Amino acid sequence: MADAILEVFRGNQEAGGAKQYTVPIAPGMVVLDALHYIQGHLEPDLAVRWNCKAGKCGSCSAEVNGRPRLTCKTRMDALPTDKPITVYPMKSFPVIKDLVTDVSWNYRVNKKIPPFTPKPNTEWKMYQEDVDRVQEFRKCIECFLCQDVCHVVRDHHMKEEFGGPRFFVRVASLEMHPLDNVSRTKLLKNELGIGYCNITKCCTEVCPEEIKITDNAIIPLKERVVDEFYDPILKLVRKIRGTAKAE
Amino acid sequence: MAASRSSVVPAAAGRTLRRDAWWLESVPVWILMGGFSLYATFRAFEGKFYESAPYLSPFYSPLIDPQHHWLPLWFSPAMLILAFPLGFRATCYYYRKALYRAFLLDPPACAVGENPQRKYRGEAKFPFILQNTHRYFLYGAIVFLCFLWYDALRAFWFPGPDQKLHFGIGLGSLVLLVNIVLLSCYLFSCHSLRHLIGGNLDCFSCTAFNLKRHGAWKKASFLNERHMIFAWASLISVGFADFYVRMVSSGMIKDLRIL
Amino acid sequence: MTNETKYETHEHDVLIIGAGGAGLRAAIEAMAAGARVAVVSKSLLGKAHTVMAEGGIAAAMANVDKADSWSTHFRDTMRGGKLMNNWRMAQLHAQEAPDRVRELEQWGALFDRTSDGDILQRAFGGHTFKRLCHVGDRTGLEMIRTLQDRGVQLGVDVFMECTIIRLLTDGNRVVGAFGYWREQGRFVVLKAKSVVMATGGIGKAWRVTSNSWEYTGDGMALAYDAGAELLDMEFVQFHPTGMVWPPGVQGILVTEAVRGEGGMLRNKNGERFMEKYDPQRMELSTRDVVARSIYTEVREGRGSEHGGAYLDISHKPADYVKQKLPSMYHQFKELADVDITKGPMEVGPTCHYMMGGIRVEAETAASSLPGLFAAGEAAAGLHGANRLGGNSLSDLLVFGRRAGIGAAAFANKTSAPSIDPAQITEAERDMVAPFDRGEGENPYSVHRDLQEVMQNLVGIFRVAEDMDKAMVELEKLKQRAAKVRVEGSRLFNPGWHLSNDLKSMLTVSEAVTRSAVARKESRGAHSRIDFPKLDEQTWGKQHNVITRDGDRMKLQQVPVDAVPDKLLELLAEEK
Repeated sequence: MADAILEVFRGNQEAGGAKQYTVPIAPGMVVLDALHYIQGHLEPDLAVRWNCKAGKCGSCSAEVNGRPRLTCKTRMDALPTDKPITVYPMKSFPVIKDLVTDVSWNYRVNKKIPPFTPKPNTEWKMYQEDVDRVQEFRKCIECFLCQDVCHVVRDHHMKEEFGGPRFFVRVASLEMHPLDNVSRTKLLKNELGIGYCNITKCCTEVCPEEIKITDNAIIPLKERVVDEFYDPILKLVRKIRGTAKAE
Repeated sequence: MAASRSSVVPAAAGRTLRRDAWWLESVPVWILMGGFSLYATFRAFEGKFYESAPYLSPFYSPLIDPQHHWLPLWFSPAMLILAFPLGFRATCYYYRKALYRAFLLDPPACAVGENPQRKYRGEAKFPFILQNTHRYFLYGAIVFLCFLWYDALRAFWFPGPDQKLHFGIGLGSLVLLVNIVLLSCYLFSCHSLRHLIGGNLDCFSCTAFNLKRHGAWKKASFLNERHMIFAWASLISVGFADFYVRMVSSGMIKDLRIL
Repeated sequence: MTNETKYETHEHDVLIIGAGGAGLRAAIEAMAAGARVAVVSKSLLGKAHTVMAEGGIAAAMANVDKADSWSTHFRDTMRGGKLMNNWRMAQLHAQEAPDRVRELEQWGALFDRTSDGDILQRAFGGHTFKRLCHVGDRTGLEMIRTLQDRGVQLGVDVFMECTIIRLLTDGNRVVGAFGYWREQGRFVVLKAKSVVMATGGIGKAWRVTSNSWEYTGDGMALAYDAGAELLDMEFVQFHPTGMVWPPGVQGILVTEAVRGEGGMLRNKNGERFMEKYDPQRMELSTRDVVARSIYTEVREGRGSEHGGAYLDISHKPADYVKQKLPSMYHQFKELADVDITKGPMEVGPTCHYMMGGIRVEAETAASSLPGLFAAGEAAAGLHGANRLGGNSLSDLLVFGRRAGIGAAAFANKTSAPSIDPAQITEAERDMVAPFDRGEGENPYSVHRDLQEVMQNLVGIFRVAEDMDKAMVELEKLKQRAAKVRVEGSRLFNPGWHLSNDLKSMLTVSEAVTRSAVARKESRGAHSRIDFPKLDEQTWGKQHNVITRDGDRMKLQQVPVDAVPDKLLELLAEEK
């Protein structure tokens, strides 16, 4: 059977570089299989995260030929073999070792978001038309590929000011929950810096769950921020009617 | 901390490990946007060949002071009008993506490096914070759309020798009709409209009225998924509609009368 | 105390090992009881195998089938488990599951809905009624995300990518754990007044498995090493439908929801072969039956192209399939080039779930070792000889919560722990030894051989001859595992990590094999070719229990708890 050459980043914070490995190709093989082959037969200390190997847990994120991907869902036969296949760690996060990066920033951002808070005396009735929209967001497997590809994080390093697509999706799932009673628009505008997003849609392009992050989560949230902060007419209406959601 | 990655893939504009021709993505945007801008500017300043009964160029609709009673001679009526559709398009959620990528290289393409020295403010600060006014341009665009529908329908009523209007179909009627349909699709697929029509609700099933809005929102969502296609199709059609009227009006070609 | 100060040390009331559904549910409950709680996980938070649970949570809410009740759920569970279940656990589980599901909803989970606005339920194998609360085919993801967010909100300390290598004991009592950070390879001491084992299963000891690298039986092995009892280790569930082609995805789970939604199994001749094996329940028979049926079809030459069976859902409308089974649709499309809305999937049995495990008390989830609790797949009892689909997620919730309460209560009445430095020194020495060996084998090759042994000799169908051979092989593998060599540094080194996981896998493999040799009958997931019948007289009345006796594994039989008369009546009823 044919061989493929993989060029894998090996190294850590101090030093590192690309190293080439020859891997025999089996039918239906994915990049993660090739990495496992390297671990099992060539270099057992190659560091790579993985769990389910079926695109459901979001552990095996890396950059294959320069594109952020789940390695368990990237078929070898879909990649050109004329040149080595490059496998690099996610660029937006500090490397720990080889393909393993420090993604703790994501968990810190998550903590800033107020949890689901139901209305008092809620009758737990919900209808499919209300949950459809939110269920799309709940598909997120936290692979953090969207965080990796987002240029606000990747090129502008604004990890303090910005929450990133993953957490806009999470906020959207809470804000649009039919029984949630808390407003997170101020958080979006200030702590999560949704204004830094210039909707260039790379997050949507890389999402393995095919969540329409930009169109269905970020833009609707931007519109909600406009409702709250940038629309003088709506502000006036709210003033007259005396309605505002709790924060 | 000497991040090891930087020794492998240094941060620099255009740096990437991508193998595909990522820069190709922006080429159509340059050509279409650039071409349209040049043509529209030329036409706005030209100030003539915009009408050939019953056709009126969409660039000049509604027709304001065509005889220059109060507009200075150098100021073509199109300049008053173009500001609105242009503003609607410039603040459009789809065009924002296309323009930021193609013209500001912010980013040039996904996972392609940017100039790390540049200070980035996104849409959080001036000038791009003004993008938040999109819904006001939408309101304006709805008004213009009404005028354009009027123009498109009027394009089926030809002045006869008896000074009365008679129903007829010319190639120009169809050009204007196609254009207005595409413009309507573009407008009704707008993200802001989708939000205002129902997206701002959290509970669709809570009231009968909300359920109605849910129905409208679903339709808007269907169109919204095709917003990009409508954005380009309507840009081309509006340019072509004007071009057709100009050709007829200037006598370069003769309108083809079908009925 | 010298040794303690040498290591990073954390102190909590309750330490929970494992951050899947059971661990997180236990953490939430222990926090609610006022305890200081830490959760340790080998992976990142939210990646545990709970995310792979697809079909749903079994709970007799009677939203769809109004006739459903806890007593029917209890009966289904006991019958599915071939009465090897701990009846009290089965009862508590059936009674409490609906409340546990409602709780999830109150914490933000969004299940699919009925037209009345309630939680929608679907049919599943072995369940009399439509009982599985679900979200398409990603119910586990919904559940773990909900629990994860709830835990974080309550302020649980989460130690991610940390492997526990030893339980620390003070006399007979568990007082904490010793482990290392996978990232940096540094050691850490976690002191606690009580410990909950929620480490999941053991599937990684088999070659064809739905389990990920994490499921190496750590919790059972750690508990066993510390002196706890392991119960009914022979009952290993082979899920009937794993992927069989292409090779890289072999074993990956194909949810039972495919059959729940109407999927049909056929052999290469196009025969719906379940008619032969279970004409009443057909594809929705219990997992042990369906797995054996597929295996038998293949063995008798009627298998599919790549040695499985065909599972077909393409008679349903394409949009329905995509809406109800979205991840299956993508999984087959992307990994196997099969469009399941148009054609059949190829499926075959895959090692999936461990019914056996740490022996616990039904009410409190306490193990036989003071201070040690266990819940979820790591614990034994609820499922008996075979688990019904959907009962796993409800198990995690019901007994995760009970373990949390139990552990917090134990911590509350216990003094601060004191640590024995000698235990730590010993564990550290064993752990770093593979680096110091001048030569030795790669741990991966030992693992591959172990998987072959378990796959071929202790698989779906078992026979004394094979298993005796397996015992000999396991002994050899133990020798080899003790001499593996690891290259590189301690910084995130998977080879090194595996050298440790191997020890756990070998312990549980031996326990499974010993128990399987002993049980001379076929019951539920345990099928003996040499003893193909149920033996109610002897084995229907006893469990296998494994304990450590010095360096040797000791196997004993204990009687099955008698089911009280009232519940016996329930069991006897026809549906």
